Amino acid sequence: MSSTESTAVRRTALDALHRSLGATMTDFAGWDMPLRYGSERDEHHAVRTRAGLFDLSHMGEITVSGPQAAELLNFALVGDLAAVGTGRARYTMICRADGGILDDLIVYRLAESEYMVVANASNAQVVLDALVERSAGFDAEVRDDRDAYALIAVQGPQSPGILKSLTDADLDGLKYYAGLPGAVAGVPALIARTGYTGEDGFELFVKPEHAVELWQALTEAGEGVGLVPCGLSCRDTLRLEAGMPLYGHELSTSLTPFDAGLGRVVKFQKEGDFVGREALAAAAARAEEKPPRVLVGLVAEGRRVPRAGYKVVAGGEVIGEVTSGAPSPTLGKPIAMAYVDAAHAAPGTQGVGVDIRGAHEPYEVVALPFYRREK
Amino acid sequence: MSNPQQLRYSKEHEWLSVVEDGVSTVGITEHAANALGDVVFVQLPEVGDAVTAGESCGELESTKSVSELYAPVTGEITEVNQDVVDDPALVNSAPFEGGWLFKVRVTDEPGDLLTADEYTAYTAG
Repeated sequence: MSSTESTAVRRTALDALHRSLGATMTDFAGWDMPLRYGSERDEHHAVRTRAGLFDLSHMGEITVSGPQAAELLNFALVGDLAAVGTGRARYTMICRADGGILDDLIVYRLAESEYMVVANASNAQVVLDALVERSAGFDAEVRDDRDAYALIAVQGPQSPGILKSLTDADLDGLKYYAGLPGAVAGVPALIARTGYTGEDGFELFVKPEHAVELWQALTEAGEGVGLVPCGLSCRDTLRLEAGMPLYGHELSTSLTPFDAGLGRVVKFQKEGDFVGREALAAAAARAEEKPPRVLVGLVAEGRRVPRAGYKVVAGGEVIGEVTSGAPSPTLGKPIAMAYVDAAHAAPGTQGVGVDIRGAHEPYEVVALPFYRREK
Repeated sequence: MSNPQQLRYSKEHEWLSVVEDGVSTVGITEHAANALGDVVFVQLPEVGDAVTAGESCGELESTKSVSELYAPVTGEITEVNQDVVDDPALVNSAPFEGGWLFKVRVTDEPGDLLTADEYTAYTAG
């Protein structure tokens, strides 16, 4: 991993707690984060069937405020953030002028003239720099709030019950992709109904000095219903099963949102110019005319696991590449996301395989996601 | 974690039982199993295969990665653990017992196998 920033490892406010829980730690984008506490498969199943508790404090928060905050974000990002109601959130992207994806983001509108942009840890500095640069001429402030928040997520079917026991906030009225300020276990928090697991769940943005207190309160509240602490390893298999892209795997600067099958996040109809508009319009037309490689799901017939970078093959030809792969705890089989030529992208396409260290292992092409929760 | 005293160890994190009637049992250590995370698939050599000390003779797939399985000694495979093929989680739950991988008729062993204490020191760094 290369970084031009400080090489000192960053630790979250919950670091000592993770160690006391016996977590296996890993470097993630310069942060020392819990990879797993015990079995990552057990943690995965806990989130699917009960609830899991995650420290996501490495995520990068950037506050954009001022009379022209909405205008700035509409110029800097590909989505229509002016159309997002206060208290709601939106999945969006920030692109370069050539249309390449710099990062995927969740943007929360906290007030009429205040937004919180949440970037991936690995891209937070890039996003911050781009927002600052693009803010020239707008009456708006871009503030680095990465150190202002700890982020704790509670995910899984039991998460509403756990949270309800700790807050008076109106969780029933809190829709998916919405956020409201409240108190959880007496701690002031932004309570957001978002996540990266494919389950119902909440993300709680709090001051770092409140993180331990909140984590412990959630742990106690979840004790009776099987809540367990969860590391980044199961977060990755959970998001993969849910068909959610991960920057650096399914998304990169060499792809536009249209190449990633996520052209819907680009809102050409919004008012005013935005960075990447021209290139993205061309990318949209190109995708229409000559479909690019398509992001598909692959399910193994065997037991060997495809990994990022492995070639997808058909009839002896390379027709694509795996972007993420793992043994799926829910399906009990290896799964992968891969970009494949459009001719081989239809679910059920025969004769597709993955080159696993020289052997062409047969794979079934399926529509994403692999897993969808029952509502 | 503690490494059983009666076993010997390779620097590739395999353990090797005391040779009985020329045959020794091989597995991976608890240290290695913990580093891998949940093992989901093991590919073992076949009975009758000749293996060479320090060379790959199989693979272990975990959630995050695939790892080569190295033969700690040279010899011929006499038995593989079908239980661990059917339930790879045994590698994590009982690496020194039910999670053993194969038995090998030893014809030659390298000079750098470690004692339990040496292996413990080797992995403490």
